[in-house]
Amino acid sequence: MDHREGHHHTGEGALPAEEMLGWAVFDVVVLLVLLAGALGYVLALWAARERSPWARHRTFFWHLGLACAAAGLLGPVATAAHSSFTAHMLGHLLLGMLAPLLLVLGAPVTLALRALPPAAARRLSRVLRSPVVRVLTHPVIAAAVNAGGLWLLYTTELYPLMHSSAVVHALVHGHILLTGYIFTASIIGVDPDPHRASMKLRSVMLILFIAAHSILAKWLYAHPPQGVEVGDGQSGAQLMYYGGDAVDIVLIVLLFAGWYSATRPRGLDAAGVRGR
Amino acid sequence: MKGPTHTRLDRRTVISGVLFGSGIAASIIDLFIFHLALQWHHFYDLLTTEVALTADGFFHAFGWFITVWGLFLLADIRRRTEVPWTRWSGAVITGVGFFQLLDGVVSHKILGIHQIRYGVDLLLYDVVWIGSAVLLLLIGVLMLHRTRPARVPA
Repeated sequence: MDHREGHHHTGEGALPAEEMLGWAVFDVVVLLVLLAGALGYVLALWAARERSPWARHRTFFWHLGLACAAAGLLGPVATAAHSSFTAHMLGHLLLGMLAPLLLVLGAPVTLALRALPPAAARRLSRVLRSPVVRVLTHPVIAAAVNAGGLWLLYTTELYPLMHSSAVVHALVHGHILLTGYIFTASIIGVDPDPHRASMKLRSVMLILFIAAHSILAKWLYAHPPQGVEVGDGQSGAQLMYYGGDAVDIVLIVLLFAGWYSATRPRGLDAAGVRGR
Repeated sequence: MKGPTHTRLDRRTVISGVLFGSGIAASIIDLFIFHLALQWHHFYDLLTTEVALTADGFFHAFGWFITVWGLFLLADIRRRTEVPWTRWSGAVITGVGFFQLLDGVVSHKILGIHQIRYGVDLLLYDVVWIGSAVLLLLIGVLMLHRTRPARVPA
Protein backbone atom coordinates (compact mmCIF):
# COMPACT_ATOMS: atom_id res chain seq x y z
CA MET A 1 0.00 0.00 0.00
CA ASP A 2 1.44 3.33 -1.03
CA HIS A 3 0.57 4.85 2.24
CA ARG A 4 3.17 7.17 3.48
CA GLU A 5 3.46 9.97 0.98
CA GLY A 6 3.47 13.40 2.49
CA HIS A 7 4.34 11.87 5.79
CA HIS A 8 7.51 13.79 6.52
CA HIS A 9 6.48 17.34 7.19
CA THR A 10 9.74 18.58 5.80
CA GLY A 11 9.18 16.65 2.57
CA GLU A 12 12.72 15.34 2.25
CA GLY A 13 11.89 12.72 -0.36
CA ALA A 14 11.72 8.93 -0.25
CA LEU A 15 11.85 7.14 3.09
CA PRO A 16 14.69 4.81 3.94
CA ALA A 17 13.95 1.24 2.91
CA GLU A 18 13.76 -0.18 6.42
CA GLU A 19 11.28 2.49 7.50
CA MET A 20 9.09 1.65 4.50
CA LEU A 21 9.29 -1.99 5.55
CA GLY A 22 8.17 -1.05 9.06
CA TRP A 23 5.02 0.66 7.75
CA ALA A 24 4.27 -2.25 5.38
CA VAL A 25 4.57 -4.70 8.29
CA PHE A 26 2.20 -2.52 10.31
CA ASP A 27 -0.44 -2.64 7.56
CA VAL A 28 -0.14 -6.41 7.20
CA VAL A 29 -0.32 -7.02 10.96
CA VAL A 30 -3.40 -4.78 11.30
CA LEU A 31 -5.11 -6.57 8.45
CA LEU A 32 -4.31 -9.99 9.92
CA VAL A 33 -5.49 -9.04 13.42
CA LEU A 34 -8.79 -7.63 12.14
CA LEU A 35 -9.36 -10.64 9.87
CA ALA A 36 -8.63 -12.94 12.81
CA GLY A 37 -11.25 -11.01 14.81
CA ALA A 38 -13.85 -11.46 12.10
CA LEU A 39 -13.01 -15.11 11.50
CA GLY A 40 -12.84 -15.91 15.21
CA TYR A 41 -16.33 -14.50 15.75
CA VAL A 42 -17.75 -16.49 12.86
CA LEU A 43 -16.05 -19.69 14.08
CA ALA A 44 -17.47 -19.11 17.57
CA LEU A 45 -20.94 -18.65 16.09
CA TRP A 46 -20.50 -21.95 14.27
CA ALA A 47 -19.24 -23.72 17.41
CA ALA A 48 -22.26 -22.47 19.38
CA ARG A 49 -24.80 -23.20 16.63
CA GLU A 50 -26.59 -25.82 18.75
CA ARG A 51 -27.37 -23.34 21.48
CA SER A 52 -30.13 -20.76 21.70
CA PRO A 53 -30.13 -18.37 18.74
CA TRP A 54 -27.61 -15.51 18.84
CA ALA A 55 -29.06 -12.03 18.32
CA ARG A 56 -28.15 -11.00 14.79
CA HIS A 57 -27.48 -7.36 15.67
CA ARG A 58 -24.54 -8.49 17.83
CA THR A 59 -22.85 -10.12 14.85
CA PHE A 60 -23.57 -7.02 12.79
CA PHE A 61 -22.14 -4.63 15.42
CA TRP A 62 -19.00 -6.71 15.87
CA HIS A 63 -18.13 -6.71 12.19
CA LEU A 64 -19.07 -3.05 11.77
CA GLY A 65 -16.73 -2.31 14.69
CA LEU A 66 -13.89 -4.16 12.95
CA ALA A 67 -14.66 -2.23 9.76
CA CYS A 68 -14.46 1.07 11.70
CA ALA A 69 -11.11 0.05 13.16
CA ALA A 70 -9.92 -0.86 9.64
CA ALA A 71 -11.11 2.49 8.28
CA GLY A 72 -9.21 4.26 11.05
CA LEU A 73 -5.97 2.31 10.52
CA LEU A 74 -5.74 1.54 6.79
CA GLY A 75 -6.81 3.22 3.59
CA PRO A 76 -7.45 6.86 2.73
CA VAL A 77 -8.16 8.23 6.23
CA ALA A 78 -4.99 6.66 7.63
CA THR A 79 -2.96 7.93 4.66
CA ALA A 80 -4.25 11.47 5.06
CA ALA A 81 -3.69 11.30 8.83
CA HIS A 82 0.07 11.46 8.26
CA SER A 83 -0.11 15.01 7.04
CA SER A 84 -3.50 16.23 8.31
CA PHE A 85 -4.46 16.56 11.97
CA THR A 86 -8.15 16.66 11.02
CA ALA A 87 -7.86 13.32 9.21
CA HIS A 88 -5.91 11.97 12.19
CA MET A 89 -8.80 13.00 14.43
CA LEU A 90 -11.35 11.32 12.18
CA GLY A 91 -9.28 8.13 12.31
CA HIS A 92 -9.00 8.53 16.06
CA LEU A 93 -12.78 8.84 16.51
CA LEU A 94 -13.28 5.73 14.37
CA LEU A 95 -10.62 3.72 16.18
CA GLY A 96 -10.88 5.03 19.74
CA MET A 97 -14.60 5.66 20.17
CA LEU A 98 -16.84 4.20 17.48
CA ALA A 99 -15.02 0.89 16.96
CA PRO A 100 -14.82 0.14 20.73
CA LEU A 101 -18.52 0.94 21.18
CA LEU A 102 -19.55 -1.38 18.32
CA LEU A 103 -17.16 -4.14 19.41
CA VAL A 104 -18.51 -4.01 22.98
CA LEU A 105 -22.05 -4.31 21.59
CA GLY A 106 -20.86 -7.41 19.73
CA ALA A 107 -20.62 -9.15 23.15
CA PRO A 108 -17.52 -11.20 22.26
CA VAL A 109 -17.05 -12.60 25.79
CA THR A 110 -20.60 -13.92 25.95
CA LEU A 111 -20.10 -15.53 22.56
CA ALA A 112 -16.77 -17.05 23.62
CA LEU A 113 -18.36 -18.50 26.78
CA ARG A 114 -21.06 -20.12 24.64
CA ALA A 115 -18.65 -21.44 22.04
CA LEU A 116 -15.86 -22.83 24.21
CA PRO A 117 -15.97 -26.36 25.62
CA PRO A 118 -17.02 -26.32 29.32
CA ALA A 119 -13.50 -26.67 30.75
CA ALA A 120 -12.12 -23.83 28.64
CA ALA A 121 -15.16 -21.65 29.35
CA ARG A 122 -14.60 -22.18 33.09
CA ARG A 123 -10.97 -21.18 32.67
CA LEU A 124 -12.03 -18.03 30.82
CA SER A 125 -14.51 -17.03 33.50
CA ARG A 126 -11.84 -17.66 36.14
CA VAL A 127 -9.58 -15.23 34.27
CA LEU A 128 -12.42 -12.69 34.14
CA ARG A 129 -12.87 -12.95 37.89
CA SER A 130 -9.15 -12.53 38.61
CA PRO A 131 -7.89 -9.50 40.56
CA VAL A 132 -5.83 -8.29 37.58
CA VAL A 133 -8.90 -8.10 35.34
CA ARG A 134 -10.83 -6.57 38.18
CA VAL A 135 -8.33 -3.71 38.46
CA LEU A 136 -7.92 -3.18 34.70
CA THR A 137 -11.65 -3.08 34.02
CA HIS A 138 -12.52 -0.87 36.98
CA PRO A 139 -14.17 2.28 35.55
CA VAL A 140 -11.82 4.61 37.44
CA ILE A 141 -8.68 2.85 36.14
CA ALA A 142 -10.11 2.37 32.65
CA ALA A 143 -11.12 6.02 32.34
CA ALA A 144 -7.79 7.25 33.72
CA VAL A 145 -5.75 5.08 31.36
CA ASN A 146 -7.91 6.05 28.40
CA ALA A 147 -8.03 9.82 29.00
CA GLY A 148 -4.47 9.90 30.36
CA GLY A 149 -3.21 8.29 27.17
CA LEU A 150 -4.91 10.99 25.10
CA TRP A 151 -3.41 13.79 27.16
CA LEU A 152 0.04 12.23 26.81
CA LEU A 153 -0.36 11.76 23.08
CA TYR A 154 -1.39 15.32 22.32
CA THR A 155 0.55 17.31 24.88
CA THR A 156 3.99 15.67 24.57
CA GLU A 157 6.33 14.82 21.74
CA LEU A 158 4.57 11.53 21.31
CA TYR A 159 2.41 12.94 18.53
CA PRO A 160 5.27 13.85 16.14
CA LEU A 161 7.16 10.70 17.18
CA MET A 162 4.16 8.56 16.27
CA HIS A 163 4.40 9.73 12.69
CA SER A 164 8.05 8.92 12.27
CA SER A 165 8.17 5.50 13.89
CA ALA A 166 6.00 2.58 12.79
CA VAL A 167 6.52 0.84 16.13
CA VAL A 168 5.35 3.84 18.18
CA HIS A 169 2.48 4.28 15.73
CA ALA A 170 1.41 0.66 16.28
CA LEU A 171 1.69 0.94 20.07
CA VAL A 172 -0.30 4.18 20.23
CA HIS A 173 -3.07 2.84 18.02
CA GLY A 174 -3.18 -0.47 19.84
CA HIS A 175 -3.48 1.45 23.10
CA ILE A 176 -6.26 3.68 21.74
CA LEU A 177 -8.38 0.74 20.57
CA LEU A 178 -7.77 -1.45 23.61
CA THR A 179 -8.31 1.24 26.27
CA GLY A 180 -11.32 2.50 24.33
CA TYR A 181 -12.76 -1.01 24.44
CA ILE A 182 -12.06 -1.58 28.14
CA PHE A 183 -13.46 1.82 29.13
CA THR A 184 -16.61 1.35 27.06
CA ALA A 185 -17.09 -2.16 28.43
CA SER A 186 -16.63 -0.95 32.01
CA ILE A 187 -19.37 1.65 31.53
CA ILE A 188 -21.99 0.02 29.30
CA GLY A 189 -20.68 -3.53 28.81
CA VAL A 190 -23.25 -6.12 27.76
CA ASP A 191 -20.91 -9.03 28.49
CA PRO A 192 -21.05 -10.68 31.90
CA ASP A 193 -18.84 -8.68 34.25
CA PRO A 194 -18.27 -10.18 37.70
CA HIS A 195 -16.91 -6.83 38.92
CA ARG A 196 -19.55 -4.52 37.44
CA ALA A 197 -19.35 -1.15 39.20
CA SER A 198 -22.43 0.61 40.55
CA MET A 199 -24.58 2.81 38.34
CA LYS A 200 -23.47 5.82 40.38
CA LEU A 201 -19.76 5.19 39.89
CA ARG A 202 -20.18 4.45 36.19
CA SER A 203 -22.16 7.68 35.77
CA VAL A 204 -19.51 9.74 37.53
CA MET A 205 -16.71 8.23 35.47
CA LEU A 206 -18.57 8.77 32.21
CA ILE A 207 -19.19 12.44 33.10
CA LEU A 208 -15.54 12.89 34.07
CA PHE A 209 -14.42 11.25 30.84
CA ILE A 210 -16.71 13.42 28.68
CA ALA A 211 -15.48 16.51 30.52
CA ALA A 212 -11.82 15.52 30.05
CA HIS A 213 -12.41 14.81 26.36
CA SER A 214 -14.11 18.16 25.73
CA ILE A 215 -11.54 20.12 27.77
CA LEU A 216 -8.73 18.46 25.80
CA ALA A 217 -10.50 19.26 22.51
CA LYS A 218 -10.77 22.94 23.42
CA TRP A 219 -7.22 23.01 24.70
CA LEU A 220 -6.02 21.54 21.39
CA TYR A 221 -7.95 24.24 19.54
CA ALA A 222 -5.65 26.78 21.16
CA HIS A 223 -2.50 24.62 21.34
CA PRO A 224 -2.22 22.30 18.32
CA PRO A 225 0.34 19.45 18.65
CA GLN A 226 3.85 19.95 17.36
CA GLY A 227 4.05 20.35 13.59
CA VAL A 228 0.31 20.97 13.10
CA GLU A 229 -0.82 24.17 11.41
CA VAL A 230 -3.30 26.44 13.20
CA GLY A 231 -6.26 25.97 10.81
CA ASP A 232 -5.78 22.20 10.67
CA GLY A 233 -5.44 22.08 14.46
CA GLN A 234 -8.67 24.03 14.93
CA SER A 235 -10.79 21.94 12.58
CA GLY A 236 -9.33 18.75 14.09
CA ALA A 237 -10.14 19.97 17.61
CA GLN A 238 -13.70 20.83 16.63
CA LEU A 239 -14.13 17.41 15.05
CA MET A 240 -12.86 15.85 18.28
CA TYR A 241 -15.32 17.92 20.33
CA TYR A 242 -18.49 17.38 18.30
CA GLY A 243 -17.65 13.86 17.07
CA GLY A 244 -16.76 12.85 20.62
CA ASP A 245 -20.08 14.27 21.79
CA ALA A 246 -22.05 12.22 19.30
CA VAL A 247 -20.50 8.98 20.58
CA ASP A 248 -20.73 10.14 24.21
CA ILE A 249 -24.47 10.71 23.89
CA VAL A 250 -24.87 7.14 22.63
CA LEU A 251 -22.86 5.96 25.67
CA ILE A 252 -25.11 7.94 28.05
CA VAL A 253 -28.25 6.54 26.39
CA LEU A 254 -26.92 2.97 26.61
CA LEU A 255 -25.92 3.45 30.25
CA PHE A 256 -29.47 4.53 31.13
CA ALA A 257 -31.01 1.90 28.88
CA GLY A 258 -29.19 -0.67 31.03
CA TRP A 259 -30.59 0.95 34.18
CA TYR A 260 -34.06 1.08 32.61
CA SER A 261 -34.22 -2.62 31.89
CA ALA A 262 -32.54 -3.58 35.18
CA THR A 263 -35.11 -1.64 37.24
CA ARG A 264 -38.13 -2.99 35.35
CA PRO A 265 -41.01 -3.32 37.82
CA ARG A 266 -42.59 -6.72 38.22
CA GLY A 267 -45.51 -7.37 35.95
CA LEU A 268 -43.96 -5.61 32.95
CA ASP A 269 -42.58 -7.59 30.05
CA ALA A 270 -39.23 -6.91 28.43
CA ALA A 271 -40.67 -4.24 26.11
CA GLY A 272 -41.95 -2.32 29.14
CA VAL A 273 -45.60 -2.91 28.28
CA ARG A 274 -47.93 -3.19 31.23
CA GLY A 275 -49.33 -6.71 31.34
CA ARG A 276 -52.87 -7.00 32.57
CA MET B 1 -49.50 1.51 50.50
CA LYS B 2 -50.61 4.01 47.88
CA GLY B 3 -49.37 7.16 49.56
CA PRO B 4 -45.59 6.63 49.67
CA THR B 5 -45.44 5.26 46.11
CA HIS B 6 -47.36 8.27 44.86
CA THR B 7 -45.07 10.68 46.67
CA ARG B 8 -42.07 8.86 45.22
CA LEU B 9 -43.47 8.97 41.68
CA ASP B 10 -44.44 12.61 42.08
CA ARG B 11 -40.97 13.50 43.26
CA ARG B 12 -39.58 11.54 40.33
CA THR B 13 -41.82 13.48 37.92
CA VAL B 14 -40.50 16.79 39.20
CA ILE B 15 -36.88 15.61 39.19
CA SER B 16 -37.28 14.28 35.66
CA GLY B 17 -38.70 17.56 34.39
CA VAL B 18 -36.10 19.74 36.10
CA LEU B 19 -33.23 17.55 34.87
CA PHE B 20 -34.58 17.50 31.33
CA GLY B 21 -35.26 21.25 31.35
CA SER B 22 -31.79 22.12 32.69
CA GLY B 23 -30.28 19.63 30.26
CA ILE B 24 -31.93 21.05 27.15
CA ALA B 25 -31.04 24.56 28.31
CA ALA B 26 -27.42 23.52 28.75
CA SER B 27 -26.96 21.35 25.69
CA ILE B 28 -29.60 21.91 23.10
CA ILE B 29 -30.66 25.57 23.41
CA ASP B 30 -27.09 26.72 23.83
CA LEU B 31 -25.67 24.49 21.10
CA PHE B 32 -28.32 24.90 18.42
CA ILE B 33 -29.44 28.48 18.96
CA PHE B 34 -26.38 30.35 20.19
CA HIS B 35 -23.52 28.31 18.75
CA LEU B 36 -24.87 27.05 15.45
CA ALA B 37 -27.79 29.22 14.35
CA LEU B 38 -26.93 32.71 15.63
CA GLN B 39 -23.18 32.04 16.05
CA TRP B 40 -23.10 34.68 18.77
CA HIS B 41 -20.71 32.79 20.87
CA HIS B 42 -18.36 30.28 19.54
CA PHE B 43 -17.02 26.84 20.25
CA TYR B 44 -14.09 28.45 22.10
CA ASP B 45 -13.15 32.10 22.09
CA LEU B 46 -9.44 31.66 22.96
CA LEU B 47 -9.83 34.24 25.74
CA THR B 48 -11.31 31.86 28.28
CA THR B 49 -9.04 31.09 31.23
CA GLU B 50 -7.97 27.53 32.01
CA VAL B 51 -10.17 27.40 35.10
CA ALA B 52 -13.21 28.53 33.13
CA LEU B 53 -12.36 26.00 30.39
CA THR B 54 -12.32 23.20 32.95
CA ALA B 55 -15.58 24.36 34.50
CA ASP B 56 -17.11 24.58 31.04
CA GLY B 57 -16.04 20.99 30.31
CA PHE B 58 -17.96 19.76 33.35
CA PHE B 59 -21.02 21.89 32.56
CA HIS B 60 -20.96 20.43 29.11
CA ALA B 61 -20.66 16.81 30.26
CA PHE B 62 -23.46 17.31 32.80
CA GLY B 63 -25.68 18.90 30.14
CA TRP B 64 -26.02 15.82 28.00
CA PHE B 65 -26.03 13.49 30.97
CA ILE B 66 -28.98 15.12 32.73
CA THR B 67 -30.93 15.49 29.47
CA VAL B 68 -30.83 11.75 28.92
CA TRP B 69 -31.30 11.03 32.63
CA GLY B 70 -34.46 13.18 32.72
CA LEU B 71 -35.90 11.38 29.71
CA PHE B 72 -35.22 7.92 31.12
CA LEU B 73 -36.84 8.92 34.41
CA LEU B 74 -39.87 10.07 32.39
CA ALA B 75 -39.96 6.72 30.58
CA ASP B 76 -39.78 4.99 33.95
CA ILE B 77 -42.72 7.01 35.31
CA ARG B 78 -44.66 6.29 32.14
CA ARG B 79 -44.34 2.54 32.52
CA ARG B 80 -45.54 2.76 36.12
CA THR B 81 -48.40 5.26 35.93
CA GLU B 82 -50.06 8.02 33.92
CA VAL B 83 -47.69 10.95 33.51
CA PRO B 84 -49.08 14.25 34.88
CA TRP B 85 -48.01 16.21 31.82
CA THR B 86 -48.81 19.73 33.08
CA ARG B 87 -46.82 19.12 36.22
CA TRP B 88 -43.95 17.65 34.23
CA SER B 89 -44.00 20.64 31.84
CA GLY B 90 -43.91 23.00 34.82
CA ALA B 91 -40.83 21.17 36.06
CA VAL B 92 -39.22 21.43 32.61
CA ILE B 93 -39.82 25.21 32.48
CA THR B 94 -38.43 25.51 36.02
CA GLY B 95 -35.34 23.60 34.87
CA VAL B 96 -34.80 25.81 31.80
CA GLY B 97 -35.21 28.98 33.88
CA PHE B 98 -32.94 27.67 36.61
CA PHE B 99 -30.17 26.74 34.20
CA GLN B 100 -30.39 29.95 32.18
CA LEU B 101 -30.13 31.92 35.40
CA LEU B 102 -27.16 29.84 36.55
CA ASP B 103 -25.50 30.20 33.14
CA GLY B 104 -26.22 33.93 32.92
CA VAL B 105 -24.89 34.68 36.38
CA VAL B 106 -22.24 32.08 37.15
CA SER B 107 -20.68 31.23 33.81
CA HIS B 108 -21.08 34.53 31.99
CA LYS B 109 -20.52 36.93 34.86
CA ILE B 110 -18.60 35.20 37.64
CA LEU B 111 -16.45 32.66 35.81
CA GLY B 112 -16.35 34.55 32.52
CA ILE B 113 -16.49 31.33 30.47
CA HIS B 114 -17.74 33.30 27.52
CA GLN B 115 -19.99 36.27 26.87
CA ILE B 116 -23.41 36.05 25.23
CA ARG B 117 -22.21 38.02 22.23
CA TYR B 118 -19.05 39.80 21.22
CA GLY B 119 -18.52 43.35 20.02
CA VAL B 120 -21.79 44.72 21.41
CA ASP B 121 -22.88 46.48 24.56
CA LEU B 122 -23.53 43.54 26.86
CA LEU B 123 -25.84 45.22 29.36
CA LEU B 124 -29.00 44.79 27.28
CA TYR B 125 -28.14 41.16 26.49
CA ASP B 126 -27.44 40.38 30.12
CA VAL B 127 -30.67 42.03 31.25
CA VAL B 128 -32.74 40.13 28.67
CA TRP B 129 -30.96 36.85 29.40
CA ILE B 130 -31.22 37.02 33.18
CA GLY B 131 -34.68 38.63 33.10
CA SER B 132 -36.12 35.92 30.85
CA ALA B 133 -34.51 33.28 33.03
CA VAL B 134 -36.14 34.68 36.17
CA LEU B 135 -39.48 34.91 34.36
CA LEU B 136 -39.28 31.28 33.21
CA LEU B 137 -38.31 30.19 36.68
CA LEU B 138 -41.33 31.99 38.16
CA ILE B 139 -43.74 30.53 35.58
CA GLY B 140 -42.33 27.04 36.20
CA VAL B 141 -42.55 27.29 39.97
CA LEU B 142 -46.11 28.65 39.71
CA MET B 143 -47.12 25.71 37.49
CA LEU B 144 -45.55 23.28 39.94
CA HIS B 145 -47.39 24.93 42.80
CA ARG B 146 -50.77 24.79 41.05
CA THR B 147 -50.39 21.14 40.05
CA ARG B 148 -49.15 19.94 43.43
CA PRO B 149 -50.79 16.69 44.47
CA ALA B 150 -53.56 16.88 47.04
CA ARG B 151 -52.48 15.80 50.51
CA VAL B 152 -53.63 12.27 51.16
CA PRO B 153 -55.11 12.24 54.66
CA ALA B 154 -53.33 9.67 56.77
